[in-house]
Amino acid sequence: MSVTVYVPRDAAALALGADEVAAAIAREAEARGKAVTIVRNGSRGMVWLEPLVEVATDSGRIAYGPVGAGDVASLFEAGFLAGGAHALNQGLTEEIPFFKRQTRLTFARCGVTDPLSLADYEAHGGLAGLRRALAMQPAEIVATVTESGLRGRGGAGFPTGIKWKTVLEAEGAQKYIVCNADEGDSGTFADRMIMEGDPFTLIEGMVIAGIATGATKGYVYLRSEYPNAIETMNQAVDIARENRMLGDSVLGSIHAFDMEIRVGAGAYVCGEETSLLNSLEGRRGVVRAKPPLPALQGLFGKPTVVNNVISLASVPVILDKGAAFYRDFGMGRSRGTIPIQIAGNVKHGGLFEAAFGLSLGEIVDDIGGGAFTGRPVKAVQVGGPLGAYFPRALFDTPFDYEAFAAKDGLIGHAGVVVFDDSADMLAQARFAFEFCAIESCGKCTPCRVGSTRGAETLDKLAAGIAPDAQKALVADLCNTMKFGSLCALGGFTPYPVMSAMTHWPEDFAPRAVKEAAE
Amino acid sequence: MSANVSEHEIAERTRSVIAAHAHREGPLLPILHDVQGEFGHVPEAALRTVAEGLNLSRAEVHGVATFYHDFRHAPAGCHVLKMCRAEACQASGGEALAARASSTLRIPFGATTGDGTVTLEAVYCLGLCACGPAAMIDGRVVGRLDEEKIDALIAECRS
Repeated sequence: MSVTVYVPRDAAALALGADEVAAAIAREAEARGKAVTIVRNGSRGMVWLEPLVEVATDSGRIAYGPVGAGDVASLFEAGFLAGGAHALNQGLTEEIPFFKRQTRLTFARCGVTDPLSLADYEAHGGLAGLRRALAMQPAEIVATVTESGLRGRGGAGFPTGIKWKTVLEAEGAQKYIVCNADEGDSGTFADRMIMEGDPFTLIEGMVIAGIATGATKGYVYLRSEYPNAIETMNQAVDIARENRMLGDSVLGSIHAFDMEIRVGAGAYVCGEETSLLNSLEGRRGVVRAKPPLPALQGLFGKPTVVNNVISLASVPVILDKGAAFYRDFGMGRSRGTIPIQIAGNVKHGGLFEAAFGLSLGEIVDDIGGGAFTGRPVKAVQVGGPLGAYFPRALFDTPFDYEAFAAKDGLIGHAGVVVFDDSADMLAQARFAFEFCAIESCGKCTPCRVGSTRGAETLDKLAAGIAPDAQKALVADLCNTMKFGSLCALGGFTPYPVMSAMTHWPEDFAPRAVKEAAE
Repeated sequence: MSANVSEHEIAERTRSVIAAHAHREGPLLPILHDVQGEFGHVPEAALRTVAEGLNLSRAEVHGVATFYHDFRHAPAGCHVLKMCRAEACQASGGEALAARASSTLRIPFGATTGDGTVTLEAVYCLGLCACGPAAMIDGRVVGRLDEEKIDALIAECRS
């Protein structure tokens, strides 16, 4: 009997040699006359163990990792096809503490199934949400999403149901569902992981959004930096269309919905919803002033839902299990689960889906295991390049939209980047300005000019030229950018800058003083 | 690449790219991507053809082609090495490796070696933030870079 072996096709696994491992397993199996079926699954999210090879046994799936192509022969010697002991044997995958502690709702299938098998998808609960939605009135679907408490996972945290209601009630011969898959924030990879590991979930969420709002056309705006996700999503859309999950009659119903994958072109600012819409229309990705809201005048001026990948991918489970099921997870006004991405200088990096409410300290120290360099953790940046740097003193902050806002931070797309004590916070603050200058769309002055002036001012500070005056200038500039910018790029760049300056004043002391102190 | 492609041929091939996207709404970005796929960059002559084909002004098309980091105005080297310079890779030692690549190749980021073999570029996030420092070589992703791996990648480009 053939043994099923799983070797991920997720980009993180590929970056660590998963293709070579899969080829070595196939070669070795053939040489030894063993019947092996290799399934290229998504990632389980334990990136420090990638490539994480799993073997299906009678007692469950057993994990081996991190496996290199050179380890394959010894795995066969150790009888890994029957779950044999080996230095890389991690035991049952779902018993690994990092995995076991999670609440996987949105990522329930990711890493479990073959991402491009619709049969596998259905066998693991896929399409149940869509089938329920097809039996409901649009307003009921919208009400379910509203009651679930789902908020935009892209970072803004706007209630998804309210957005959908606006589009449902808007007049328009054509409406659109636009999925924002321009996941440009450093430290985030949840969108990429679900698109590569369980693409039908996103498609199902978009179809449900279409039925709920009366939109018949969807676009996924996917960044060009994700070639593997682009390929998987394109294949998944074709398969969905062949199987009538998309088309004139979704699953044989009266509803029509089709969608297309569109590739971005390397502009970070296109993750902002209005510049994304301009880009989809074939224009420069400059930000539009709001109002009008995209919900009323979005893509090509038509009513448009713009949602993040994870928001849309969370919709199927909400429809399947009900609003109350989802809402019962979480804390305060942050309901449900959030895929936390633990990244940077950390021992156990990866994706950890959990109900809102874990403290930052639990995430960094307990789950992440601290810095992989073994040095003390100095700072964590939460929420991407526009998120604040948190010192250890704020590690009791619970992962919750409002709690982070209260500490002058944001959870954004839930990326957590860990830095050890070698980090220079002045350099990090300068990088925030520099990045804003590189990526500014140029439409508003505070962002376009402020970012460059900010970097220059920090250079003067680093050179010890009138340091107090420079610090006051940076604070004033940040205030102007925060309140005067059109979008979050200029508006949120002050978060990393000011948090670095506030929590690590010693790094902003003139170099001579710093050296004298050392 | 396009150095020896005539303007006439560029126009011809660009027209067939445009035709392939005629059914799309807002087709300019997919067209520019495919034009770059054809020629290795977006030649000036192609922009004129695209403007005509989509009934846009040349200024509009030029504006779009120059807005996005991805579109090249001159061909890249034989190999393109993109190194992530964003925060998660900075936190895991990426900047030292970026400096190493730059000094080994003797070019700054954004430049191509004199012999045209390698273009070195910065990229801001490949979504490989839990296995950084990360890079992409000719579209293939590489994680957990160290000195040995980056040297090997550069050697591979030069061979």
